[in-house]
Amino acid sequence: MEDPLNIIVTGVGGQGNIQASYIIASAALIEGFHVSVGETYGAAQRGGSVTSHIRLSKEKQYGPLIPEGGAHVIVGFEPIECLRTIGRFGSKKTRVIVNPRPIYPIDVLAGEATYPPIDKVLSAIKELVYSVHVVEATELAKKVGDAILQNVVMVGCLAASEFTPIKAEAFRKAVTELFAEKGLDVNLRAFEIGVEEFKRTSPL
Amino acid sequence: MSLFDLVEPGRKGLLMGNEAIARGALEAGVDFCTGYPGNPASEVVEALAKAARKFGIYVEWSVNEIVALEAAGAAAAAGLRALTAMKNLGADVCSDFLMTVNLSGTRGGFVLVTGDDPSAHSTTTELDTRNYARFADIPLLEPSTAQEAKDMTKFAFELSEEIGLICMVRTVTRLSHARGVVTLGPIPKEKRTAAFSSQDLWTSGSSSITCMFHSILHEKMNRVKAKFEESEFNRYTGNENAEFVIITAGTGWLYSLEAVRLLGLEDKVGILKLGTTWPLPEKLVLKHLRRAKEVLFVEEIDPFLEQNVKMLAAELLAEGNVGPLKFYGKKSGHVRGEFGAGTGEIDVDTVIRALAEIKGLQYQPREREYSEKASAVVGSLVPARTMGFCAGCPHRASFLAIKKALQWDGRDGIVTGDIGCYSLGLLPTGFSVAKTLHCMGAGIGTANGFGKLASFGLDKPVIAVSGDSTFYHACIPALINAKWHNANILYVILDNNTTAMTGHQPHPGTGSDVLGNPVLKIPIEDICRGIGVETRIVDPFDLKEAVQNVYEMLKMDGVKVLIFRHECPLTETKKREKKPKVYVDQDKCIGEECGCARFCTRVFKCPGNIWDPAKGKAKIDDAVCVGCGLCADLCPAEAIIVEEET
Repeated sequence: MEDPLNIIVTGVGGQGNIQASYIIASAALIEGFHVSVGETYGAAQRGGSVTSHIRLSKEKQYGPLIPEGGAHVIVGFEPIECLRTIGRFGSKKTRVIVNPRPIYPIDVLAGEATYPPIDKVLSAIKELVYSVHVVEATELAKKVGDAILQNVVMVGCLAASEFTPIKAEAFRKAVTELFAEKGLDVNLRAFEIGVEEFKRTSPL
Repeated sequence: MSLFDLVEPGRKGLLMGNEAIARGALEAGVDFCTGYPGNPASEVVEALAKAARKFGIYVEWSVNEIVALEAAGAAAAAGLRALTAMKNLGADVCSDFLMTVNLSGTRGGFVLVTGDDPSAHSTTTELDTRNYARFADIPLLEPSTAQEAKDMTKFAFELSEEIGLICMVRTVTRLSHARGVVTLGPIPKEKRTAAFSSQDLWTSGSSSITCMFHSILHEKMNRVKAKFEESEFNRYTGNENAEFVIITAGTGWLYSLEAVRLLGLEDKVGILKLGTTWPLPEKLVLKHLRRAKEVLFVEEIDPFLEQNVKMLAAELLAEGNVGPLKFYGKKSGHVRGEFGAGTGEIDVDTVIRALAEIKGLQYQPREREYSEKASAVVGSLVPARTMGFCAGCPHRASFLAIKKALQWDGRDGIVTGDIGCYSLGLLPTGFSVAKTLHCMGAGIGTANGFGKLASFGLDKPVIAVSGDSTFYHACIPALINAKWHNANILYVILDNNTTAMTGHQPHPGTGSDVLGNPVLKIPIEDICRGIGVETRIVDPFDLKEAVQNVYEMLKMDGVKVLIFRHECPLTETKKREKKPKVYVDQDKCIGEECGCARFCTRVFKCPGNIWDPAKGKAKIDDAVCVGCGLCADLCPAEAIIVEEET
């Protein structure tokens, strides 16, 4: 693997970025990696773009921010946020898993800005990176019971992807530990649905 | 079980910087912890609250930062180990006490944790609180990693107790809210007892006594400096003979290591990482200055190290011990953010750019063609995402009510804003109603001025806005001032029953303490009415009533309070088993033809209300909607349906 291996989880405040990155980083710790995570908290969470940077190394600890063009894997909870993140951190080495379900910015709702067609966003992403897997994580999460679980569905996809050296079992263990006290069943179901869905998905 | 409950030395945990600080305090045997919520420091107190019962620690969210520091200072004066945590602007609030307790000293270990926010991700200033350590002349520690955050906090307690002086630990957003692997140490079992007898005196004195204490402070700091010279928190990496030295602290260390590696400069550039940055470990710095020909400073916000090292170099220059030296950093403009040197947070790219410019290197992280294409695609396709109130947020209704009432009133009233989620009242999500924003309490504070300018030609109605937690924190003196001087102000308090912005901490009006214990509520209205202010309470979701009350109260003379009370949906929906189903009856919604100007999406702008351009009708985004139903009341076509689930 590349060392450090740089993963970005990107989406909109309220989509569960922090929880997802915590699961990924915990799984990496279970596998014995040095891990750093950089998060967005606070005001930016109020409807803004959020990104979590997760960095794994066998050798040493790295700083919490990934340099320009340095993302090896991007997990996009929202299509335009995924593209925005590629704009700064993507390269021809980047592997992308993206949920194509839009969360509209308020300027778009107000008719002051335009949300681009999803197929155009996906083909722009495809042009810029090594590979793109599209997963309807919000729809899958609704089947488990709540759209909010899309973050754990996406983590399931990452676990199945083998884009990181972390084994699916370590992810499963991290999910189990995090939700031990509350919501374990639905979160594990969401995780497994993500794992299964990714296996069925071919890259664009 | 949380990591704070574990008494397992040697175990590794993935800790947020703030959690690591809390863990360090636990390992130091902290007894007493206070603070006021504020990004990026809130989780220090929250983490200690989780451990409070098990370890017999007293933890409180104080009403504001100066009370927090004073309360903790008293515990420390009585021999306990005490910690206070706050954000950058909180350090200002507590600075009066800080500037005297440095002289009066401490008996138990006393640690102040300040969280700075370079790039102002979640605050209104890029204040560098390290200046307070120099200002008050107290020891300053700057951790670079989560592990150091833990270790330095523990050390800060020991140092404080040994020297008898408050110590400061400065963190920044990218440490506080970053996670790293931390090896846990043991938590002591023995407890301290508090003592303060009639023989004790704890004061910064006055006149000659103050000067004597000031001199003692200088002596204490000389002892600290001697310890800092030997500190394991300062380390040098790289070629011992390197003529180019990076001097760095805090987050700058890991960024510098990575930048030097990416540029392949390991043999030519040495890195002196300082963890103890005030007082400066002069001998250690000097050792490297003697050899160096060029020095680059890498640090967050102000050129703090840069100035202190330059002062040291100036002293040495006279002795002929150093130089010639070239300095690079914020002053030279090499370390700069998007808005110039000394602004914005630094990262690996900042350090790479500085080194490449100084060394005349070409470094491109991506091929030029790729970068240009990527930014062109993002520029043409991706719309901006401005911040907005959450779906179901009562502040949206409150600002809409203020906007409508001001329109009815027609006198172009001034709205002064304050600190909290409702700071977004300046943005389109709050209909750009608020026009000022500074620090906690400045809404009603500045309204005291605006409300007194009629005789100078500014005769407009003035509305001050603040939240509930902010009311208790900093607004009460300003409200009393307004009453005393009969300023013409309508003060609207947005009471959502929590400190929402910083993660839903309790406050004096919520009826609970930091541990969740029930306590007596101190209602906002009792305080306002107690000082003789006309006070009304309205649910902003009853929009007609809300607008009517703002309009009426604007006509009344003197100071008035209108409390808009409605619980934050983020706490309220957690209590619900199921959310109501909200949908748009596609037959009833008549889209652009309606004459409502697409009220729900274009005007109201709740992210749960979306527009289907294909059908030309409104829809509800069920992944975002919280089921509050306010839009259903506002839709003129009554097309939005709320179905309570049973």
